[in-house]
Amino acid sequence: MTSDTPRQLIACAVLATALALLPIVAPNPYYLDLATKACLAAVVCIGLNLLSGYAGQLSLGHAAFFGVGAYASAILCAKVGITPVVAMLAGCLISAGIAYVMARTVLRLKGHYLAMATLAFGVIISIVLNREVALTGGPDGMSVPRFNLFGYRTTGVWAGYGLAAVALVLAVRTAIVFVNSRVGRALRAIGDSEVAAEGLGIDIARYKTGVFVISAVFASVAGSIFAHADRFVSPAEAGFMRSVEFVAMIVIGGLGSVAGSIVGATLLTLLPQLLAGFDHYRHFLTGLILILIMIFMPAGIVPTLLASGRALHDRYRPFGRSARSVTGRTSEG
Amino acid sequence: MVDFLQFLLSGITRGSIYGLVGVGFALIFRSSHAINFAQGEFVMIGGMATVFFLTLGLPLVLAAAGAVVAAALIGALLQRLAIAQAKNASVLTIIIITIGAGMMLRGAAEIVMGRNFHSYPAFSGELPVDLLGAKMQSQSLWVVAALVLVTIGIHFFFARTRLGKAVEATFSNRFAATVIGINVPRILIVCFMLSAAIGALGGVVMTPITLTHFELGVPLALKGFCAAIVGGLTSPFGAIIGGLILGLSEAFAGGYISPTYQEAVAFVIIIAMLIFRPQGLFGRRAVERV
Repeated sequence: MTSDTPRQLIACAVLATALALLPIVAPNPYYLDLATKACLAAVVCIGLNLLSGYAGQLSLGHAAFFGVGAYASAILCAKVGITPVVAMLAGCLISAGIAYVMARTVLRLKGHYLAMATLAFGVIISIVLNREVALTGGPDGMSVPRFNLFGYRTTGVWAGYGLAAVALVLAVRTAIVFVNSRVGRALRAIGDSEVAAEGLGIDIARYKTGVFVISAVFASVAGSIFAHADRFVSPAEAGFMRSVEFVAMIVIGGLGSVAGSIVGATLLTLLPQLLAGFDHYRHFLTGLILILIMIFMPAGIVPTLLASGRALHDRYRPFGRSARSVTGRTSEG
Repeated sequence: MVDFLQFLLSGITRGSIYGLVGVGFALIFRSSHAINFAQGEFVMIGGMATVFFLTLGLPLVLAAAGAVVAAALIGALLQRLAIAQAKNASVLTIIIITIGAGMMLRGAAEIVMGRNFHSYPAFSGELPVDLLGAKMQSQSLWVVAALVLVTIGIHFFFARTRLGKAVEATFSNRFAATVIGINVPRILIVCFMLSAAIGALGGVVMTPITLTHFELGVPLALKGFCAAIVGGLTSPFGAIIGGLILGLSEAFAGGYISPTYQEAVAFVIIIAMLIFRPQGLFGRRAVERV
């Protein structure tokens, strides 16, 4: 930890500077809107990567926590009239509560069970959002008031971007501290071998529950900010395909890598836009690119690049570590 | 009583569809421990390719057979060109490849067939069948028949053929299977082809009821996946029983309780299942390796 910290602080500072300069470089608000979406996806991915890349647990329902945060903000601000920050915290509490209950019931099981439980739970949440028309506006979605802090009203696409960028920097900082703490090391041990970790006296259930709750809160915060930035929420944001996209982002960027989460989130957010010119061929090409990345960089983009970088510079490790399989242990014959 | 019978019949139809989708998940999970997120797309291809061949003027039987064969070939290509290429990949990497493949197949269907819904007439006419006052589409009988056919076929495959036994051996221990001379890469291709063909067969028989669309696969795959989970994920028969359980629960819950949350029933069952019987109805308890 000690030797890594200055380098990681520099990395954080570089990220913050880049995010701050982006609005100056961005030619029009559309790009800023895309950057906002990429930042928020990155926040979800950083949380999800703590769960999958470090503790080795797969979640196929993280978009639901994003949705819970988004709708908590939307409903509490638009219908109840609560101030956005409090609504965001309420969303976090609800997400954390749901995650805690799920973790207590399912996380003690091994293998794909958490994936299945999160999948089922995620789909149920998105069905509820679709059906409770009076509260959520149903499939048509609902509009959300602007974000304001202590009466300061924020305006325009800039404000949404600012919030998202701040959230991203905070998420990166939190994740790095977390990963290098005692808790992070315990999680890595769990990811490597649960039996061995238990033998070392690590309370597996407690750590897994903890990291699951934290990753749910990351997603919830991103959802709340998304609601205010877009000023509109729809159930599609909480849908199963979104959850799958988040998993795809961290696997492509690199499991167990904070930088990988950002790269994966940015790439998959921008890819459909970059391919917009191909119109009908867009879905086809996106799928093809996913497959090619997985074939040629099965460990994910960032760990693969870092590994080739390491061949040049001996002990060069900005942040994160090389990827490792989440569920690979069950596949070995 | 007529109500009950009506719900029972619609439950069986739904359940057969879910079962046909779920079998493919179980077959692939059994051979490679991966969840194939392109399974729903095989079902979609079954319907879409049939529509495509019908517009070329082929008779229904040939169009349907062509669709099943086409899906099986695509399944083989997916395994050979994408999944087998990612050497020493983790299960998660394979899952992402199948997600990418699903997107490609949806995209290809969109390119060839457009964004419209497609269908073709029911095989034995549109007149509903009357059963003690309850009505059922004649096409439902074809769906149930397809499920019965698949069930018998799978039983025969695993119990009587060398290939089926080789799949079993690969499932229980891939390394040992290699040692005794089983061509494991070929077994994996066979499993993908079988899953794709069964999924496509499901698509062929269900399209007159459900219609088909390039994005039909995702919601179907979710239900089929649930069916496979209820059955224990490693058991093809479990997936069929699981599908019927889900279909019947949905039909009765929708009929007697409320149609609002009919779609959620399957997922509530999954959560209950994970709490009370996590290995599924017919699954083997996972063995954790150190």
